[in-house]
This record gives sequence, structure tokens and C-alpha cells, in this order.
Amino acid sequence: MASHVTVAGDLPVYDFDVVRKFTIMAVVWGIVGMAVGVLIASQLVWPEMNDLFQPYSHFGRLRPLHTNAVIFAFGGCALFASSYYVVQRTCQAALFGGWLIPFTFWGWQLVIVLAAITLPLGYTSAKEYAELEWPIDILITFVWVSYAIVFFGTIVKRRTAHIYVANWFYGAFIITVAVLHVVNSAAVPVTFWKSYSAYAGAADAMVQWWYGHNAVGFFLTAGFLGMMYYFVPKQAGRPVYSYQLSIVHFWALISMYIWAGSHHLLYSALPDWTQSLGMVMSLILLAPSWGGMINGIMTLSGAWHKLRTDPTLRFLVVSLSFYGMSTFEGPMMAIKTVNAMSHDTDWTIGHVHSGALGWVAMISIGAIYHMLPLLYGRQSMFSVKFINIHFWLASIGTVLYVCAMWVNGIMQGLMWRAFNQDGTLTYSFIESVQASHAGYLVRLIGGIFFLSGMLLMAYNMYRTINQPANQAAVEASDQDRLHASAVGSQNVLGGLS
Amino acid sequence: MSNVWSLWIVVLTITNIVLLLWVLLANRKQAVVEDDQHDSHDEVKTTGHVYDGIEEYNNPLPRWWFYMFIGTIIYAAGYLIVYPGMGAYQGLSFGKNKAWTSASQLQAEQVQAQVQYETTFGEFAKTPIPELANNVDAMKMGSRLFLNNCAVCHGADASGNPGYPNLTDKDWLYGGSPERIKETITLGRKAMMPAWGAALGETNIANVVEFVLKRAGREHDKTKALLGEPVFAKNCAVCHGADGKGNQQVGAPNLTDDVWLYGGEPQELRQTLRNGRNGVMPAHEQMLKPERIHLLAAYVYSLSHEDAAQ
Repeated sequence: MASHVTVAGDLPVYDFDVVRKFTIMAVVWGIVGMAVGVLIASQLVWPEMNDLFQPYSHFGRLRPLHTNAVIFAFGGCALFASSYYVVQRTCQAALFGGWLIPFTFWGWQLVIVLAAITLPLGYTSAKEYAELEWPIDILITFVWVSYAIVFFGTIVKRRTAHIYVANWFYGAFIITVAVLHVVNSAAVPVTFWKSYSAYAGAADAMVQWWYGHNAVGFFLTAGFLGMMYYFVPKQAGRPVYSYQLSIVHFWALISMYIWAGSHHLLYSALPDWTQSLGMVMSLILLAPSWGGMINGIMTLSGAWHKLRTDPTLRFLVVSLSFYGMSTFEGPMMAIKTVNAMSHDTDWTIGHVHSGALGWVAMISIGAIYHMLPLLYGRQSMFSVKFINIHFWLASIGTVLYVCAMWVNGIMQGLMWRAFNQDGTLTYSFIESVQASHAGYLVRLIGGIFFLSGMLLMAYNMYRTINQPANQAAVEASDQDRLHASAVGSQNVLGGLS
Repeated sequence: MSNVWSLWIVVLTITNIVLLLWVLLANRKQAVVEDDQHDSHDEVKTTGHVYDGIEEYNNPLPRWWFYMFIGTIIYAAGYLIVYPGMGAYQGLSFGKNKAWTSASQLQAEQVQAQVQYETTFGEFAKTPIPELANNVDAMKMGSRLFLNNCAVCHGADASGNPGYPNLTDKDWLYGGSPERIKETITLGRKAMMPAWGAALGETNIANVVEFVLKRAGREHDKTKALLGEPVFAKNCAVCHGADGKGNQQVGAPNLTDDVWLYGGEPQELRQTLRNGRNGVMPAHEQMLKPERIHLLAAYVYSLSHEDAAQ
């Protein structure tokens, strides 16, 4: 049987410089984005917090800054870093693309900085998760096409016979996000910072949510499944559970997600047939989504004991649990009768954060803790204990956040639909806002937990990178053995015949 | 929707679901290992590929997962037969009932609500307003109607706001009889106090205001009030009456009771005279229908009648 050990001698020199840069910026932008999240959560508890620096500090301007920062800055940098890392190692080829490689890094950072400036200034296309105005959209397109050239160029250069499943998911994510971004951001510019959508009315809404839901499906799901398929088996030192399951759930996931966007527009001006299709396709999505969770969690069978000593693995496994939970919740919320109650309530916010904190952030954090020592040729992270503390801060924070929003959401849904026998509403809107106050406070506390974990991570990262040289004696090119010792696992092929 | 587009949707949908089934079933064929053997991984072969040290087992699809997948596809197919979804296809119609549409569902719910609420309101609609104002249940419903429709201007306690009359006192612009209250709610009111600034000039306006204050029993400048009296008689008495007690037929306020819709300070009164006022009470005929207006009128009536239940 072929083994990585036998080919380790003639491995190419991987390009890890760009991976290091993206990894560090993922942590930095994670802190920035989550700090803005904590600020806007506090504005919902204490509205006076809007007045810190009006109009720039207003919730309406900071909320898109928060979503863009955590999704595209934190999540984006984590995806760039991990995909560049994974594609090189699983293809046994250095990155393709020459100057395009640093361009993807600096271009993406420029996009983020421009977003951080223009959104508080009030420049917005008013499309959720696609707020950036057209000049920035064009820059994104250039960066993204470069990313595709680098990624697929590396796949073409590969020295392995097959393409590893992680790269299928990364590849699907890169191609689909390109299509989504270009189609949804099509606009007619009026001035340099103002444009109008190329679509109108219900069609515009449909294009927006086709984009919006696939931003979730491809950016936040397929991309991070790619991450999962490398870091979970690698950290656990176990083979992936089922190749067949990979095939089925990959094709099912990417073909079904495309249909699901219209479940954001149930009971709207969208034609009935579009709403029905969106609902049933969302229901079919349950099994393909769970396929990824099963493949990840079952990979651990035979290695469960490692969870006791390896907090990085805990991050990865708990992220899969949250992934399973939110991908069950999603299809349920897409059912029309459930959506009639959940729509526009905090339940939606809770659902998103169950995925965003529990799945996206936790799997990224796990992947970064795995990569960092290897990228810098260190024995391990500066402090494994800190990783463990971070794990608990993140878990408690997520649970507080999600539960608070469940309670608030269901309460709001029930209050809004409560009628008296005479047909009048039992509660006015403001009464439901007042009743939500306690939940908003709990959500804020959850957010603070999660953010403090990220700060601890930044410190741990800083100390790891700046460890004295004698502790960092191992060459970065010899990472496989290094990794095995870093996580305290046996030979990654141990137990196999 | 044209046939071409309809066909496009149908073909895309069916092709996607059929391909999905094919991928699922094609990979099911390789499921040779029984579920109970899953735990012993030594029995399961890997694919033979190795990527950076990662291998892949070839475990079969979990059975429960496979059936869940098939189940959702069957449900989806059933749903797309019963409900609209496949392009221009309307869905199934059952007997006399036409195929479901969101519009027909809304209409059905509205009809049902209409029947339910009209029974509730219908009984009250037969009761005269002074009597209805003593009905505790009716007044509870009336208060909710008030909160939903009136409180935004008149205040939750109906005590009014600047420009919006207090409904709890005995002072009525258009009359406080049950009939007049009902008329006000049904058809609305448009008040018209003209602007006198250009016609009278500042001196006359100041004098008239002092005269009005005198009539209201307030502190005033006696000289100016004396000068204001003929100006009032000539210009204001037409609507407000020679005695200043107003005229409910045209909604001209009583100026002698010291109740002021737009504020009673001399400068506020001069402002009213100078620029006029145009109060509007919107008509609720279309929004509320006669039964609810009847109940609402009884509630408003009860607010200024202490003997009535509230």
C-alpha cells in the first residue's frame, strides 16, 4: 500500500508563506468581527449604545460590518488559509500561480479594509451579505478568479492519482461563489459609490436569496466541509469513514443547495411554485447535510479516547455536532407552516449563529490550532491548556447565544400571532421587544464568552509564533512526524493493515 | 408562465431529483457489509488512496440515513404532485375544491375570520350605545380596538395630545352624542381654522387673543381685550359664536372653557390665529366596518361617562 511516509522524502517545498498570512489574519479579523458583534448585541440590550459615534455607530451600519467581517474576513481568511494548505498537501504540489498567490492575500485584505470603511460611512447596495458597492465587487471578482486559478492550477499540478474529497468541496465552493457573486452583484452604477440592482421586484428578491442562501451553502458549508475532510481525519489519525458517503453527499449537497434560496421568501410576492420548490428542496437537503456530519463523526470511531487529551479535536468534533444540529433546524424552518412562525424572529438569528459560531468558527479554530505549529515549525501550540479553556469559552458562549435566541424567537413568533376573540392582536410589537430584553442580555453574555476565547487564541498564537528558537528546532518541511507528536497521537496509519 | 419556461422548470427539477436518486442507488449497490459489522473496521477495506497520510474507508451508506434520504425524496415528490411547484402545473384539486394557491388560502382564512368576528360584533351592534357602554365584555373589546386604531394619536389613555383631542372630558368639538361620535369615526373630520396673519395684522391678533383669554376667564390685558372685542365680533363670531362658545356643526371649538387643542399660552394662541390650524380625523368606514365602529363609539362614549363600565 502506498503511504505518505514513502513519498515524504521527495515532497515539494510547499508555499506556506501565504497560508501563514491568511491564518494570522483569520484570527485578527475574527476578533474584529466578533467585537463588532458584541457591540451591536449590546445595542439591542441598551439602545443608547447606538449613540457612541453617530451616525457611524448606528446598528443599521454596524450590522452589515459585523456580518461581512465574520463571514468574509474571518471565514474567508480561514478558507483561503486552509484550502491553500490542504490543496498543496493532498496534491503533493506547491501552489500554482506565481504573483497571483500574494495578490489573493493582499487583494482580499484590501476588500476587507474597504468594507470596514464604506459600510460605517453608509455606502451599501442594501443586499444582505452583498452590501459592498460595485467598485469593491469588481475587486472581489478579480481576487476570486485569481483564487480559482491558484487552486485549480495546483490541482492540475498534483502528483497524486486522484483528487481528495476535501478538494472537491473547496473546488465547488470556489466555483459557485464566483457565479453567485457575479450574478447577484450585477448592478447599474450611478456614481462611484452608488448603484442599483440589475433586477427588479420579486425577481431581485429571488436572485438575492438565491445568492444569500448559497452564500450559506457554499461559502459557509461546502468550503468548511472541505476543511473538515482534511483536519478531522488528520487530527484524529483515522481514515475517513466512507468514501461512498462522500460521493453521494457531495453531489446531493451541491445540486440541492442551489434550489433552496426561495425558502427565505415564503409567504411573499414570490410565485407559489417557487416557494414550494424551495421548501421541498430544503427538506431533501437534510440527508446530504447529515452525510457530512456522519462522515466526520464516524471517522473518530476507534479514536474517541483522543478527545480526553486533545482540545483541538474537541473543537472539530463539537463543530460537527453543531453542523448536524443546524442542518436539521434549517430544513425544519423551511417548512412553510414552521416558517410562518419563525420568520423575522430571533429564531433565525439563533439558527444562523448555531451554524456560524458552532460550526464555521469552531471548525476554523480547530483547523488553525492544527496548522499553526506546523506552519511555524513548532512542537505544539504555546499552551494546550489555553486551547482547552478556549474550547469551553466557545462552547458555553455558543450554547448561551443559541438558547437565548430560541427562547426569544419562539416567544416573538407566538406573541405576534396571538389574536383576541375579536380579531385584534393580543400584543403590540413593542411588547414583544420588551419581552425579548432578557434574551438579548443572555445573547450578549454568550458573545462575550466567545470573543474572550478568540482573544486567548490570539495570545496563544502570538506566543507560539514567538517561541524561542531552541524550541522550534524542527524543520517545517518535516511536518508529518512533527504533527503526529504534536497532537500526541500514534502513527497516523496506526491500526491499519 | 409560458410553456417553454414551465417545461424548463419541470425538466430541471425532475432531472436533478432523478440524478440524485441515481447517485444514491448506484452507491447503494456497493453496500455489501451489514450494519452490525460496522464497528469492526478491520473488516472494511480502504479505497487504497492516500492523501497526505489520510486514507478512506469504503463503509456502506448508513442504512437509516439511506432510508431517510429516500423518505425526503418521496415526500418531495408527493408535495410537488399535490401543490403547485412544477412550473405551470397547478397541483391537485379535490372534488369541488380547486387546487391550492396562497391567495385562495388567504381568502378562505379571511372568510372564516369574518364569520367568527361578525358573530361576536353582530350582537353588540344591536345594542344601543349608552347601554353597550355599560357592558364590561364589550368595553374590553372596545378598548383593544381603541388601542389598535386610535391610541397612536389620542394616546393609550385617550387623554389626547397637542392637536389631538382629549376624549375623556366633556368637551366635544363635533358633539359627544352617540350619533355624532359614530359619525366622526365613520366619516372622519376636517377642521379648518383659517390663517388670519395677513388679514388682521399682529396688533389685532394680540388684541383678539387678550379678548379670548378674558372670555375664558384667564388673566388678560384689559385695554387690549377691549380693543379685541370688535375684531372678534367681526371676524371670529361667525364660527365661534358671538359668545365664543363655538359651534359643533362646523367643529369650531368653545373658547370659553379654557380647553385648548393647540395649547393655551398667549403665544400659542397667537400662533393659531396667525397661521391657522387644519386638524384631520381620518375616516374609518372602510377599515373598521359598521359593527366595529359601533363598538368603538360606545367605548369612546364610555370614557366621558363615569357611570359607564370601562
